[in-house]
Amino acid sequence: MKTKSTFKTLALKSIMASGVIALASTSVQAYEPARSAECIAPANPGGGWDFTCRSVGKALVDLSYIKGNVQTVNMSGAGGGVAFAHTVSKRSKDDALIVAASTATTTRLAQGQFPGMNSDQVKWVGTLGADYGIIAVSKDSEYQNLSQLMDALRKDPNSVKFAGGSATGGWDHLKVLITAKEANVTKLPKIKYLSFNGGSEALVQVVGGHIDAFTGDISEVKGFLDSGDIRVVAVLSEERLPAPLNNIPTALEQGVSSVAPNWRGFYVPGNAGDDSYDWWVNTIDELYQTQEWKDIMAKNGLMPFHKTGAEFTQFVKNQTLDIRILSQDIGLIK
Amino acid sequence: METLDFLMQGFAVALIPESLMFAIIGAILGTLIGALPGLGPANGVAILIPLAFSLGLSPTSSLILLTSVYAGAMYGGRISSILLNIPGDEPAMMTCIDGYPMALKGKAAEALAISAIASFIGSFIATIGLVILAPILAKFALKFGPSEYFALFALAFATLGGITGKNQFKTLMAAALGLMIASVGIDISSGVQRYTYNTLELFEGVDFIIAIVGLFAISELLFFIEKHAGDGLKKVAINKLKLTMGDIVKVLPTSLRGALLGFVSGVLPGAGASLGSFISYTLEKKVVGDKGEFGKGDTRGIAAPEAGNNGAASGALVPMLTLGVPGSGTTAVLLAMLISLNVTPGPMLFTQNADLVWGVIAALFVGNLVLLLLNIPMIGIFVKLLSVPPKYLMPIVTLVASVGIYSVSHSALDLYFMVGFGVIGYVLRKVDVPLVPVILGMLLGPEMEKSLRHALVLSDGDWSILLNSGLSIGLWTVAILGLVLPVIVGPMVRAKMSKSKEATSS
Repeated sequence: MKTKSTFKTLALKSIMASGVIALASTSVQAYEPARSAECIAPANPGGGWDFTCRSVGKALVDLSYIKGNVQTVNMSGAGGGVAFAHTVSKRSKDDALIVAASTATTTRLAQGQFPGMNSDQVKWVGTLGADYGIIAVSKDSEYQNLSQLMDALRKDPNSVKFAGGSATGGWDHLKVLITAKEANVTKLPKIKYLSFNGGSEALVQVVGGHIDAFTGDISEVKGFLDSGDIRVVAVLSEERLPAPLNNIPTALEQGVSSVAPNWRGFYVPGNAGDDSYDWWVNTIDELYQTQEWKDIMAKNGLMPFHKTGAEFTQFVKNQTLDIRILSQDIGLIK
Repeated sequence: METLDFLMQGFAVALIPESLMFAIIGAILGTLIGALPGLGPANGVAILIPLAFSLGLSPTSSLILLTSVYAGAMYGGRISSILLNIPGDEPAMMTCIDGYPMALKGKAAEALAISAIASFIGSFIATIGLVILAPILAKFALKFGPSEYFALFALAFATLGGITGKNQFKTLMAAALGLMIASVGIDISSGVQRYTYNTLELFEGVDFIIAIVGLFAISELLFFIEKHAGDGLKKVAINKLKLTMGDIVKVLPTSLRGALLGFVSGVLPGAGASLGSFISYTLEKKVVGDKGEFGKGDTRGIAAPEAGNNGAASGALVPMLTLGVPGSGTTAVLLAMLISLNVTPGPMLFTQNADLVWGVIAALFVGNLVLLLLNIPMIGIFVKLLSVPPKYLMPIVTLVASVGIYSVSHSALDLYFMVGFGVIGYVLRKVDVPLVPVILGMLLGPEMEKSLRHALVLSDGDWSILLNSGLSIGLWTVAILGLVLPVIVGPMVRAKMSKSKEATSS
């Protein structure tokens, strides 16, 4: 019923004529989405989620996946919690709604910062790229590589202080802890993390020589990397990033198996129809392969990172669990 | 010249039709708001923020619109000062002294034209000052670590009342209220929720923009309702303009001096535009001496304060853009807007958002030119608009405010908050508690708390870190002076201001 008006092709009309049961068994390709869709960006205009909604929305329309338009709605609050609650409670059956999400979403879900809500209440569609975590120091720093930095932390967890753009316990903080844990640093709670309003504020403090090290994403350090003011000691990705960033060593190369992608993706309401969910998953898969999307990724510094459907759902589960255990280990949550 | 390249890029942004359109709209609305007595530049910008949100403007367009409103309001303030002897806003007070006598002599058009030229020179010179000083200060800002920032915020709070502020205690109370509101939400240093009572909408604290629109715009509406202010101001006829080149040349040196003084007082936190116009006027009187006819309609007596307050307006943008510390009430409102647009002020702004920041600076130049053109040939239209009854104006303002606030986060709770803040704003204004410190408290309080905690984490709990550099000692010294001086000098300055004002009215 909900999609009746949108069935357009002749083939589909005949299927419709054959009844509702036929509809349910229609293959994925035959499902037609609503004419227009809505994308909730759970933050004010200008941030990462807003970018995800607007760029994906535009690509979906330009490539005619969506015939009408994709309206971006900004719904800020509680670091995505307001939008999550809205999706769960008021829009749970909406087939034409996607909500932008990232590692910040799973972090907050894992730490119980959306009270009474968990990751099973929505359906996870997929990712369209990621921004990889990095650890950087000022160009005058005594630390030349990640090993030296971790050695110092192993001797005295208070010896290196980190600045980052997320709140204490947030993703930027966790990146340090994940890396330190992998490098066998004990006394994780003793590592000092100073939280700022956004990566650039934190970075200025590191460049200015006030704080030892910066934890953030690769996209945040581009400017200072070009000017040579900072040295990235490790990128937390599985492989080296594409040129011109291919001279940055990964943590893995330095013997620390820390990988921290800040993925950009979507979820849809928990009771969205299966055919609509499959349509979104396939569409995100196809969109990811297009030249148009590759250009958007290149232009905005997004790195390859693609998981959809069941694989992505499992990934979200694992990530949430990992973050919960780590947060408990260091006493952030009980 | 790296700066010149950037400025040229800025002009490329400011001269596209969209930017030009918003600069012109902002200039017109700003002049109008400035001209209406009671509606100052801070209110003006606060009222128009929701407009930028409801139109879904890009950060650059929003800022061009709002800085043009800001510049326009500084121009507009003089209109009612000259014609009605009622300052349109506080910085325009000094313009009454010589402006109104000129109007009485039948030279209102000349007074308006000369003040427009002086305003233009003031703004123009100060914007050049901004171009030169801001990138230097932005580089210097790298020297600011947590302890220096803490000292800087302390300074901003200490000088909050400004030298011309009346009641330091009420200012303090207002700032404390702002700090209290700011403590709601997640504490980023510990990740703990404070005063949120499991209400998701409160997790990120109370939005500055909602508070600003409520406090300024909605309380304004309540005041209009209370006064049943249905009718506009009385209609004023102005004479035909007879301005010679000689008249302009006569005020040029005055305007240049006023512009520089204004710029400096704008850059200093707390001083602001009122002081800029006051100092410029007093200095001019001293420089010219007995030859002038100050208080009786001397053109230099109009040019000095107008160049001064417009210069201060652009000067106040310097610390706001480079350090994230506003130099005046209006720049505090602009800062809140920047933050909601996810634009972080500070040294990175000049490299990461070069298009935006230089676009806005270039738009200031463009806006000024527009304002000069608007304010000389078209002054008659503004004079007529002054008599538009507020009963038509205020409902429009309220509508725009509500739509704008709702479009930010699509939450009905935000609208309740806006109305709540409107009522608080009304009550505070009734008992003469200034509103700007409330906003500054909300904006700077969390930053100050964060800086202190960071400084102490870095020093492992040693408080002496707060005074460990020459820079922070210098900032603390200025802060203490800023706190003590108004108590001593303040009454003298105010007495002088009102004395020279009375001299003209009698």
